[in-house]
Amino acid sequence: MLSIKNLHARIEEKEILRGINLEVKAGEVHAIMGPNGSGKSTLASVLAGRSDYEVTSGSVTLNGKDLLDLSPEDRAREGVFLAFQYPIEIPGVSTINFMKTAVNEIREYRGQETMDAVSFLKLMKEKMKLVEIDESLLKRALNEGFSGGEKKRNEIFQMAMLEPSLAILDETDSGLDIDALRIVANGVNKLKTPNNATIVVTHYQRLLDYIIPDFVHVLYKGRIVKSGTKELALELEEKGYDWIKAEADAQTV
Amino acid sequence: MTTELKESLIQHFNTLEKTPSSALLVDTRKEAISAFQELGFPTTKHEEWKYTNLKNTIAKTYAIESAATFSAEDIKTLTALPIDCYKVIFVNGIFSPSLSTIDAAGVTIEPFQTSNQEVVKNYFAKNLPYNDSMVALNVAFATAGTLIHVKAKQHVAKPIVCFYLSDVRSANVFAQPSVLVVVEEAASATVVELNRSLGSNTAFTNAFTHAILKKEAYLEQYKIQNDIDNSNFVHNSQIVHEGKSNSYTTTITLNGGLVRNNLNITLGAEHCEAYLNGLYLEKGAQHVDNHTLVDHAMPNCYSNELYKGILDGKSTGVFNGKIWVRKDAQKTNAFQSNKNILLSKEASVHTKPQLEIFADDVKCSHGATTGQLDPEAMFYLRARGVGEDKAKKMLVHAIAFDVLDKVKHDELRAYLEQEIEERLK
Repeated sequence: MLSIKNLHARIEEKEILRGINLEVKAGEVHAIMGPNGSGKSTLASVLAGRSDYEVTSGSVTLNGKDLLDLSPEDRAREGVFLAFQYPIEIPGVSTINFMKTAVNEIREYRGQETMDAVSFLKLMKEKMKLVEIDESLLKRALNEGFSGGEKKRNEIFQMAMLEPSLAILDETDSGLDIDALRIVANGVNKLKTPNNATIVVTHYQRLLDYIIPDFVHVLYKGRIVKSGTKELALELEEKGYDWIKAEADAQTV
Repeated sequence: MTTELKESLIQHFNTLEKTPSSALLVDTRKEAISAFQELGFPTTKHEEWKYTNLKNTIAKTYAIESAATFSAEDIKTLTALPIDCYKVIFVNGIFSPSLSTIDAAGVTIEPFQTSNQEVVKNYFAKNLPYNDSMVALNVAFATAGTLIHVKAKQHVAKPIVCFYLSDVRSANVFAQPSVLVVVEEAASATVVELNRSLGSNTAFTNAFTHAILKKEAYLEQYKIQNDIDNSNFVHNSQIVHEGKSNSYTTTITLNGGLVRNNLNITLGAEHCEAYLNGLYLEKGAQHVDNHTLVDHAMPNCYSNELYKGILDGKSTGVFNGKIWVRKDAQKTNAFQSNKNILLSKEASVHTKPQLEIFADDVKCSHGATTGQLDPEAMFYLRARGVGEDKAKKMLVHAIAFDVLDKVKHDELRAYLEQEIEERLK
């Protein structure tokens, strides 16, 4: 489904991704872990099309389609979803109106008929239940005055509405207490199908207790330096990142 | 020659003085015409007109107080409004009682000529400092104005909508509607002012609205400026709080050519409240200038001002917000905020808050910002599949909504929302 080959990206003069290779197949959950500053969030942003980063070489394809050529909106329409680490507050735009626009823009792109108000409401109610979010929250201005947990839940609600083929969760666990974490993880798990894939970007193993990854990759200095299964995450939890750093640094010297 | 319009106006004044209608407000008007004669049209040399140049506007030749040729159908189209309201119709600056629906309860709406002369004489343009010659010019010709007189203890629920119509199908038209609003004790009313033109020549309108608020009075004023591109509009608005009273003024500019709003509010009694909200959505070569003055003349008053601008194309904007807190006006609370978003590299805005505080026990704040749409917000919306254009519109709409949200009248707010929606298409 997703194929990343030798991806290099920089912000201003600083190279942050230095040759990422990653294959993600439908139905899989991949965790990307790594110490602070290793490039995890950059990778998430580059996949979603944030313009602050410049891709200097490499390729990214989703179901055979070159993603790097597409605008952020077209990537979303092709099925990419980025759950933000810091969801933006936008006064004056309600989540409901925003989602109505987004859903219909995506449908239009795919040549589907736009959704009428009744079907939209029905879909919304269904997804609300799935991610345990209250309607009153969705009527309010987007994320404005939301707690950390409410913001993240709203991200997962939007993910449920847009049904992406590739979901990238960028540090979704940051700032969440254990209850909020469970609700968010539950939502993600319920949305999992054999046809979609998830990339979980996280610093800590804790989220992976709830969202069980098929593969775990460790990112360090802009490269994937180690890949394994969920046991690798547990090992990292226990031993920290220093041993991997040492290993990787020894190899590059 | 820029003096031509001035000269022809002065000549016109002298001709009019020989007609019977000239007896009305004769002293006030004579004083005004000499003020105008002395000052002339404002130029960019005047500090208050530094960024708004009337030169091209006044260089044109205009029909002055020309007769109306609107058909009944034209009037119907021009005054269409999805709001249950009283319609007060001016054609080329002249109040037309026959076209207006003025059988309102609790309020009399009459031409200056036939209304209570005492009221007109006592209030209209009374004690105006003619430091802006545009007001003087309007007052000099104010024989065809209208008095909106809200009687004591009356609550006029329906908005009173003043339509300033200009017929520019065959010539440029210079029009000067004059309105006196007197809200008596414990009375309330909503007054809307709308300028609309028909045709493709230039409409140059210099309007003056003088509002007087007595004790416990409440006035909501809405200025909705959404006219043709060739409409150059100067609106002078004077609100005088004579007794403890509240005013709520909203100025929304959506389309037009050159627009200049002078909004002066005098808080002349203790415990008055004044709210000033403004929104200007500009594109193309539009120019919108909002000059406001809140004069805190008495203690314990409150004023709150919020103006927002969104400028696209090569449009230009001006915001100048003065707050005066006089020596005696202790315990004043005065707040002001002006926020501008520039959507294009060629758009520009000049914003200047001016606070002059002579009392020592006051709370005042002001802030002015100019920036672009938040790129983080743009990315967020786009990352969810919303196209760049639509994302922009959503954010612009959100900014406009902030001001719209303060419009208290439901039908009016719905109408404005629709107009803004339409404008953003």
